[in-house]
Order: sequence, then structure tokens, then C-alpha cells
Amino acid sequence: MSIVAALPDSSGAYAGMIREDRERHLFRVARQAFTDEAVLEAERRQIFDRCWLYIGHGSEIAGNCDFLTRSVGGRELIFNRDRGGAVHAFLNTCPHRGATVVRESKGNALSFRCFYHGWSFNVNGRFASRFEEGNYGKDHYDGGCADLVQVPRLESYRDFWFINFDRNAVPLPDYLAQAKEFIDLVADQAEAGMEIIGSGQQYIIKANWKLLAENSVDAFHGLPTHSTYFDYLQNVGSLRMGKGFDASANRMTDLGNGHAVIEYGSPWGRPIARWVPAWGEETRDVVQRLRQGLIRRFGEVRGLRMAETSRNMIIFPNLVINDIMAITVRTFYPEAADRMAVSAWALGPCGEDAALRKLRLFNFLEFLGPGGFATPDDQEALENCQRGYRNMREAGWNDISKGMPRAGAPRNDDEEQMRCFWREWRRRMTAAA
Amino acid sequence: MNADSPIADDLAMSGSCTRAKVENFLYHEAALLDGWRIEEWFALFAEGATYEVPPTGDGDETDPATSLFYIADDYVRLRERVTRLLKKDAHSEFPRSRQRHMVSNVRVTALVDGVADVACNFVTYRARRGVVDTYYGQHLYRIDCNAAPWRIRSKRSVLDMDMLYPGKLSIII
Ligand code: FES
Ligand SMILES: [Fe+2]
Repeated sequence: MSIVAALPDSSGAYAGMIREDRERHLFRVARQAFTDEAVLEAERRQIFDRCWLYIGHGSEIAGNCDFLTRSVGGRELIFNRDRGGAVHAFLNTCPHRGATVVRESKGNALSFRCFYHGWSFNVNGRFASRFEEGNYGKDHYDGGCADLVQVPRLESYRDFWFINFDRNAVPLPDYLAQAKEFIDLVADQAEAGMEIIGSGQQYIIKANWKLLAENSVDAFHGLPTHSTYFDYLQNVGSLRMGKGFDASANRMTDLGNGHAVIEYGSPWGRPIARWVPAWGEETRDVVQRLRQGLIRRFGEVRGLRMAETSRNMIIFPNLVINDIMAITVRTFYPEAADRMAVSAWALGPCGEDAALRKLRLFNFLEFLGPGGFATPDDQEALENCQRGYRNMREAGWNDISKGMPRAGAPRNDDEEQMRCFWREWRRRMTAAA
Repeated sequence: MNADSPIADDLAMSGSCTRAKVENFLYHEAALLDGWRIEEWFALFAEGATYEVPPTGDGDETDPATSLFYIADDYVRLRERVTRLLKKDAHSEFPRSRQRHMVSNVRVTALVDGVADVACNFVTYRARRGVVDTYYGQHLYRIDCNAAPWRIRSKRSVLDMDMLYPGKLSIII
């Protein structure tokens, strides 16, 4: 029997799943939080129905009447731009009898038509069918009862679009809190703006979704888990730990509302704008010019920070923006307590030099994604944790205490960023329904 | 390669490309992968060769210079992929999975000056810790039949799955 089922007040059970003891420098999380379907059900209501969730980047629907369909927060959604260029998010279900209206993953259309009985809609969601008189009354044509249903809230920051199923949620800028400054460090990389490149990667990890939230900002596991990746960098001449490698850049920042970022000197090349010998002499000048451009636009400190340092950021609950050897935007959603669907995209400057674009994508794949030299081992680690939790009745607790006794600021390879996540998790799980 | 087998004799010869010879070549490749003899597998590739797994559902013309693939290796990275996978620290393949590579519907779609374009269907099974992953789709090859033995100039494995259900591509499919 689960703790949740055993207690009449489940909010008390969720509070009890996190044990923080600052005096003894202990922070522990109950493994049940990763395994229990009742916990997941509560997360759906308390977290995914109330937090701002990433739906997509504006560049993915760049043209008027562009659309795409996407699963977000357990819903099936249409994310689109209407004839006037305004962005919408609709629940992809026909007001008539429920069929999903748009069945392609992306496209461009002047209207949407449900194939079942033929109801059609303008791309701004308004009912557009004109049936013979006598079929439908005024409410259908003018009253909105036959219009596509909008997602309650849709807002954007720097062309990153988010939705919220809670009409009363705080505005997106307040929710993002200090994460905005770190989104700026990505969005400012090109004057022409940033864009999602191609269609992205979709894959399954057989582990609880929170394991990926933790892993995405975990610098502690870098060397032990990814030694073969660092061997590769060494072998091909992409490892640059000498000049320009700045360990003083290493830090972790609590961004508020459960968001956190780690920042560190990069051992690898960055298309913005840290050249490594493996890229060849012919790209050296272009990268150098980009670097100078950043310094010109933002000054020495911020410019070099954008060029040199890497950042892994979690925006609570399930958006990751990692600006590392390439930029990945990643979101994930639980299909079950022990299974998540992951979507990951590459982000790059609009109008990027063709050679650099190629290099960016090549660099992305050296580490990231199911076929990369690192991500498969992350997946393996997460799936191994999930498997280990089968023992939770006797061995019931995770430890994320690293760095607690440290005086001063937390380090990037401490675990304070995960503690930020879990404190927010506890706050939301124990909030009034 | 076992020099005593008739298939090996066949493969050792350059020149005339027939479907039967291509099938022998592909079955030999599959056997190397089934046996995790991936260094020998890498030796089937010509210098400068590429190995790619494009994103699912993106059409035939998709290019790793402009679109995000799952795998887009040049010759050096392919060699490094093999080197990595043979290490104990390639955790996703330690302990190693068991694999079986099925190849069928082999067609030589073009043959110019002894260089053949070959298409075939594939199903690859990967079994590990009680989970069986299935990968399926089409392999597209360019094979240099003038070389002795034949050499792969490019291999592209196009998945038919609408998402990567197994999660990882930690093997050569
Ligand atoms: S369900 Fe869409 S028209 Fe009937
Ligand atoms: Fe990792």
C-alpha cells in the first residue's frame, strides 16, 4: 500500500516525501515520488494543470496560417498563426462530437476541417461551416458554441511560447522570474533572432519524468557517466581545457519558482562562439567574428560569457534549455510513473552562416540525443534509477545533499539546483486543490 | 571476415554487381553486427564514408547540414562511435544487449561505373534486461563495387517509426 493511500490527508504525505535537515546537511526524497501512479495523478492536477508549460517556439510557425499539433500537459493541442499573424493555441477536439480536428503534425492551411461530419473552422478558431437553414441556430453561428476551444492562457517570452490551463495563473513573466535573464542569454545570440532547426527528436525514456528534470542540470554525473564522450573530444581534438577555460565561471543560480541554472567553463567547442581545432582552420575566422560581434553588442563581460560559458537550465516543471556544445530545447511529459515522452529540438541563429549551421548540428549530435555520444548513457542512468526503485520498500530514499555544508555560494556540480526543484514540487503538491 | 567461406570469396572480388552479390554483402554486414564485431563492420566503410539516421517522417531529401538528425557521422566520428561502443564505460551497452539484424527486399536502384545504390528493408531487434526493442525501416546504401573487397561509401537508415519508441540508438541498427 502506498503512503498516499494510507493517509487520509495526501498533502501531508507529499510534504513527508521531502526531508530537509539543514543542521545535519541532509536532503532526501522518497523514491515513492518516482514510482507511485497516485503521485503522478496528483502531479497532473497540482503541477501540470497549473504551471506554465512550453508549447513551442514562434519560429516553428513562422508564416501566417502555419500550424503544428503537439501534446502538452496531457492535452492534444493546435499551435498556429492565423491570417493576420496572431498566435493561437486550441484544444484539438471538435466542438461537435470530439474528434481531433487537425491530424497532421504540421502544415499551412487557410482553415481546419473535421473530417468526421465536416464541421470547419477559420484558423482563428471561429466556426466556418454554412449548413442549410434549419440545421443550426444562432448560438452555433454567432454564439461561439461551435468554435474551437482556446487553451485558457497563452503567453510568450522572447518567442518561447507557453500555455497554462489555469485561468488564474500569474502572468508568464512573473512565473519565469529570473529565468528570463538566462533566456535572454540565448535569445540575444543573434540580432536576427533564433529559430528551431528542422523537426526535432522524439523519444521515450522508461523512467519517471522528474529524473530527467534532475539529470538535465546535474553536473555531478558529467565525468563518471560521460567519460567516453570526453575521450572522444580528446581523440578528435575538440577538448579545450586550457586557454579560455574559465573555472571561475562555475556557479549555480536559484532563479525562483523552482527554476535553476548551472553555469560553467566549456570544455567543448560552441558555435557561439568558442572555436576548437577539430572544426578546422577555415571556420576559425567566422567564429572569431561572431565572438567580436557579441563583445561589441554586449560588452566584454556579457559578450564573453555568451561565447564561452555553458548553461543548463530547468524551468519548472518540464522545460530544459541547455546552451552547451549546441543549444537544445527539451520538454518531457509522463505517460506513466515510469515512462516519459521526450521532445528535443536544436535552436540556432536565424540566417546562420551555412558552414556554421552544419557545424552546430554536427556538434549537437556529438553529445545530444538518442544517437549521441552522451544522451544514451543518461537514458541508461535514468532507467537504472527507476529499476533500482523497485527496492524502495527496503531502500526508500534518494540523497541530494551534495554541497549542503559548503560555506558560500553553491557550486555548479553541487545538488542545490535539484533541491530548488524539489522545494517547488513540495510547495505545489501541498497547495490547496 | 572468414576467408574460407564461399561468401567471403564472393565479397573479396571487385567488379560486377548483381543483386545476389549485394545480398551476400548485406547479410555479411548483418552477421558482423549481430556478433557485435563492430570494428570489422567499420572496416566495410570506405574512407570518407558517412553513416546517418535522419529524423523520422522528414522525407528522402533531408540533409544533416540543415536538419537535426539522430545520427550524422562522418568517417572519423563513425570510427569514434565504434571505439566508444567497445568500452565498458559506454553504459547504455554495458552489459551488452543482444541483437538480430534482418534484411530483405533488396534492390539495386542505380548502378553507375561500378558504384551501386542499394535499398533494402530492415528490422533490428535489441534485447536487454527483459525488454525487446524493435527498429524498422529502410537502409539506403551507396556501395563501391570496384573496390576489393567492396566498400560502403554511405549508409542511411531511415526509420519508419513515428517516434523513437525504444528511446536509445545505442547500437548500429
Ligand atoms: S466530430 Fe467533428 S464534425 Fe462531427
Ligand atoms: Fe548527462
